[in-house]
Amino acid sequence: MMMNADDDAVLTISNLRTEFRIGGVWHAAVRDLSLTLRRNETLAIVGESGSGKSVTALSILRLLPNAGARIGAGEMMFEGRDIAQLSEHEMSRIRGNAIAMIFQEPMTSLNPTMTVGQQIAEVITIHRHVPHSEASAEALRLLREVKIPAAESRIHDYPHQFSGGMRQRVMIAMALACRPKILLADEPTTALDVTIQAQVLMQLDELKQAYGMSILFITHNLGVVAQIADRVAVMYAGEVVELAGVETLFARPTHPYTAALLRAMPRADRSSDSLEPIAGSVPPLTSMPPGCAYAPRCPHKLPSCVQARPALQESSDLAGDRSHLVRCPVRLAGASP
Amino acid sequence: MIPALHNGALEVRNLTKTFAIGGGMFAPRAEIVRAVNDVSFTIPKGMALGLVGESGCGKSTVARAVLRLVEPDAGAVIFDGTDIRAAKGAALRRLRQRMQIVFQDPYSSLNPRRTIRQALEEPLRVHFRLSRQEIVEKAELAVAEVGLPREAIDRYPHEFSGGQRQRIGIARALVLGPELIVADEPVSALDVSVQAQILRLLEGLRERRGLSFLFVSHDLGVVRHFCDRVCVMYLGRIVEEGATAAVLDRPLHPYTKLLRDSSPVPDPKARLALTRILGEVPSPTNPPAGCTFHPRCPRAESLCSIEPPQLEAIYAGRLCACHFPASQNS
Repeated sequence: MMMNADDDAVLTISNLRTEFRIGGVWHAAVRDLSLTLRRNETLAIVGESGSGKSVTALSILRLLPNAGARIGAGEMMFEGRDIAQLSEHEMSRIRGNAIAMIFQEPMTSLNPTMTVGQQIAEVITIHRHVPHSEASAEALRLLREVKIPAAESRIHDYPHQFSGGMRQRVMIAMALACRPKILLADEPTTALDVTIQAQVLMQLDELKQAYGMSILFITHNLGVVAQIADRVAVMYAGEVVELAGVETLFARPTHPYTAALLRAMPRADRSSDSLEPIAGSVPPLTSMPPGCAYAPRCPHKLPSCVQARPALQESSDLAGDRSHLVRCPVRLAGASP
Repeated sequence: MIPALHNGALEVRNLTKTFAIGGGMFAPRAEIVRAVNDVSFTIPKGMALGLVGESGCGKSTVARAVLRLVEPDAGAVIFDGTDIRAAKGAALRRLRQRMQIVFQDPYSSLNPRRTIRQALEEPLRVHFRLSRQEIVEKAELAVAEVGLPREAIDRYPHEFSGGQRQRIGIARALVLGPELIVADEPVSALDVSVQAQILRLLEGLRERRGLSFLFVSHDLGVVRHFCDRVCVMYLGRIVEEGATAAVLDRPLHPYTKLLRDSSPVPDPKARLALTRILGEVPSPTNPPAGCTFHPRCPRAESLCSIEPPQLEAIYAGRLCACHFPASQNS
């Protein structure tokens, strides 16, 4: 663990609140989110549908819709500037350049009328202002780097001629084109078969080392988190409920939601007699409970849980890992097993 | 052919299904895809058989061909002693009532303009001669059995969450009182916590009603949890079959091993260690000669590119289609 984490921070998000307008009222989809993405680390955000994990990524790149969505509070410090305050013009120079993003469905993010070579070269020409020939050569180098077989000929192919896994590699090549400091990866392997997923995950890890990038990896899959993350933030109903190093999180899941998620997941490598489903469902954005958002589903709930929203606090577990944060006073006090 | 018995089992023998793709105005000629190639398996009454594999391996086509939702080209599908492919008219209708399907995306398989009550009552009218009162009772019973509130029955599909819609999909399958459920990726579109709810519901139904399951999934964890036996498919063929835990713990076929090793488990100590990138599934229009897995196989030898291996019993209860299966001890 880093001695002084802040020196190593690439992106520091403090108290981010992202809101959507529903029926004329602003409701927070992300609340009180504070995260630090460090140099050359993979920070995973894991959560189920509606947890706010994708909205967090879209907030960082300011890709929220203009109408009906806003960053209500908080700051996002990147290279000495607050991204939340930048003009759209300044933001467009960061987007795809210093901060790049890859998405779940590569086909919808690629232009079907341009060859993949043209698309990658376009990114390079726009951001780096180099001649076309140089951009094309760089596009080829990138396709080779992401291990597209026969890259010399495939550079002239269109996206529909590629398989799902190859398309995601093209997306990664495009994201790497400007040597980003941060790669936001939003469920990049969810649509892929497991053997292809394994390849892409390993490749992302290699490229992270080679490019010295930091990756913010968004996923719903705890198995994928265990494979790729250095640190993990578990999100529930718009809040980070637990933040820890990957070893700590899986060895000592402390928030009742994290523990419940792990017990609900069937594993390929061992037989489990019974799965324990989490009763109920995620509260809708428009009717968040006043206290702990997880309280209505929580077996450890105390009367105090439904009154005040708990804060994210250090876990003082035996290992003395001070970077393990949990939003559950009940479990932290050890009142419940 | 071995005579079939009236034992409530589903027997699939040498099932084959090909599709022609292309051949339209702009394509030079149609290409033939062998989506399902000589697939055989048996599901005894009350058993759950898993069918796993990657996209395009033919697992969903098998599921649909078993119910004749796609018409197989060759082979036999025998349920409780009756050949489904030969059945016609009233006999086919009776079989359809005993075998039902649950789809991955229940929203696209429910009519958005009909209430849950209408969706559940229609099959009862088609299949049985019941009084109005009996139909209402059966539909309401099915809704209760899948854990939906009573008032849900008069609402429309869009008013429900993904997990609730899958419950409706299951209620629709149950209302006719089937003996076999074909479940095609029934929990793949759901979040983990909801997935566990649906799996638990299916387990409960299996126990209470003694249902048999043909369970199609790409998720080895889900299959390990739900299925007694598993068939691993690759490019239209079954490459390995056996008891689920045994197949996953000691895979005989190198593809099964690749699939298992690629499946991420929630344990950072068990990180993937795939030493080299092992290519992609080849196009099913032009599968490799010999063993279709040989271009990706770490154990392939010259024989593998010439001679297709047959699915054979390696030892009791374990079938594998490989010239060089992993030894029992490794």
